[in-house]
Amino acid sequence: MYSFDIQRPTSVADAVSALGAEEAQALGGGQTLIPTLKQRLASPSVLVSLGAIAEIKGVCTGDDGALCIGGGTTHATVAKEASAYPALAALAGNIGDPAVRNRGTIGGSLANNDPSACYPAAALASGATIVTNSRSIAADDYFQGMFATALEEGEIITEVRFPVPEKAAYMKFEQPASRFALVGVFVAKYADGVRVAVTGASEDGVFRWTDAEAALSSNFSADAVPAAPSGDGMISDLHGSGAYRAHLVAVMTKRAVAAAS
Amino acid sequence: MTKVTMTVNGKTVSGEVKGNTLLTEFLREDLRLTGTHVGCDTSQCGACVVHVNGEAVKSCTMFAAEADGAEVKTIEGMANADGSLSVIQQAFQDYHGLQCGFCTPGMVMSAAALLKDNPKPTEAEVRDYLEGNICRCTGYHNIVRAIMAASGQDVPAVAAE
Ligand SMILES: Cc1cc2nc3c(=O)[nH]c(=O)nc-3n(C[C@H](O)[C@H](O)[C@H](O)COP(=O)(O)OP(=O)(O)OC[C@H]3O[C@@H](n4cnc5c(N)ncnc54)[C@H](O)[C@@H]3O)c2cc1C
Ligand code: FES
Ligand code: FES
Repeated sequence: MYSFDIQRPTSVADAVSALGAEEAQALGGGQTLIPTLKQRLASPSVLVSLGAIAEIKGVCTGDDGALCIGGGTTHATVAKEASAYPALAALAGNIGDPAVRNRGTIGGSLANNDPSACYPAAALASGATIVTNSRSIAADDYFQGMFATALEEGEIITEVRFPVPEKAAYMKFEQPASRFALVGVFVAKYADGVRVAVTGASEDGVFRWTDAEAALSSNFSADAVPAAPSGDGMISDLHGSGAYRAHLVAVMTKRAVAAAS
Repeated sequence: MTKVTMTVNGKTVSGEVKGNTLLTEFLREDLRLTGTHVGCDTSQCGACVVHVNGEAVKSCTMFAAEADGAEVKTIEGMANADGSLSVIQQAFQDYHGLQCGFCTPGMVMSAAALLKDNPKPTEAEVRDYLEGNICRCTGYHNIVRAIMAASGQDVPAVAAE
């Protein structure tokens, strides 16, 4: 690793001002960033750890009934405490392994927007709102392609608000070596329609499978899931071809619909 | 350099660390607690698992500065006060849950974290919990049996028998 200083502010305001320094970067649970630093793929001058900021940790229910998760909340805490949204709690409880879940945070996962990460699928399928120190961003506007998001330099995710669906499930076809999703599909059924978000498959990162949304909004059953989307633009690597991933998108969507509760 | 103070295996310790000093480095090189192993240094193998404030974490993927003020427990803190092996450690010996022993500190720390939250896990729960702990020798069966035994439950027969 290159050398850098670490700061541990205890409020969002102090973190934001620390992040104003040249080449400063936020540190969440470090489960993605520390390996990146070890490979010397990042060279911050100062890391601003968000781990000591109590106000961005925890799970609660908002006035509008949405489930609100602080940006610094670990996957393990979400798995334990998001019982109001069981599909989301189950997703969090199946990220990586227990030690990763004890450190990794929802804010870090959404800020990183890995094309195979689990939380982006949940946020997009739920039409979640990503709240930062300066504004609220709708999930539909937030994800902007592989590792790209609407976040500005130095902007911190302080909370994520998930409208709780009538029924939902996340089905992850796990890539056993990395424990990320080879393909993961999150299906959420709301009173006004069904949303389907796919991770792991597209070269553009997480996306909504609108054909499936339309079909499932009129008939919420596994049989209604359309034929697999085209493999064009799907990730192709040693773990699976684009066509294979496209096939998995339909299979995992069917499984998610069948499992939705 | 920043000064950090933490409790490690019940003793208060302090040291000067750089921003990029990992918790493993602080434990192994500064405190000379070399029981915590580094297998991969890429967050994959779990040989470096220790407890921070009671939770299992990979100490190769946490900075020492972030453990300032924390309560840390390593494999050196697992034995009973009189020096005899703890129930989990003894079960690893009794059930041949180790061969080269490289993964063992992490396995024992993960097992202890599991049994704290879930004192009577099923075999499937044990295997699931050990997802982040890799062993190149045992084939896992005897590790699972050791943990089942340490939890006071019947020890399952395994496929290899
Ligand atoms: C072995 C292993 C298995 C894994 N398996 C999975 C898996 O199955 N599914 C999955 O989805 N993920 C998986 N992950 C990734 C894991 O979920 C990470 O915790 C997560 O991607 C990053 O979160 P973090 O809090 O650790 O962020 P960090 O690593 O600290 O930071 C990641 C990025 O986000 C930025 N950042 C951090 N917090 C914030 C914030 N609040 N606001 C704005 N920016 C922020 C940082 O500056 C950095 O750029 C795995 C990781 C490992 C090591
Ligand atoms: S050395 Fe930390 S996970 Fe392998
Ligand atoms: S006993 Fe050798 S790696 Fe597990």
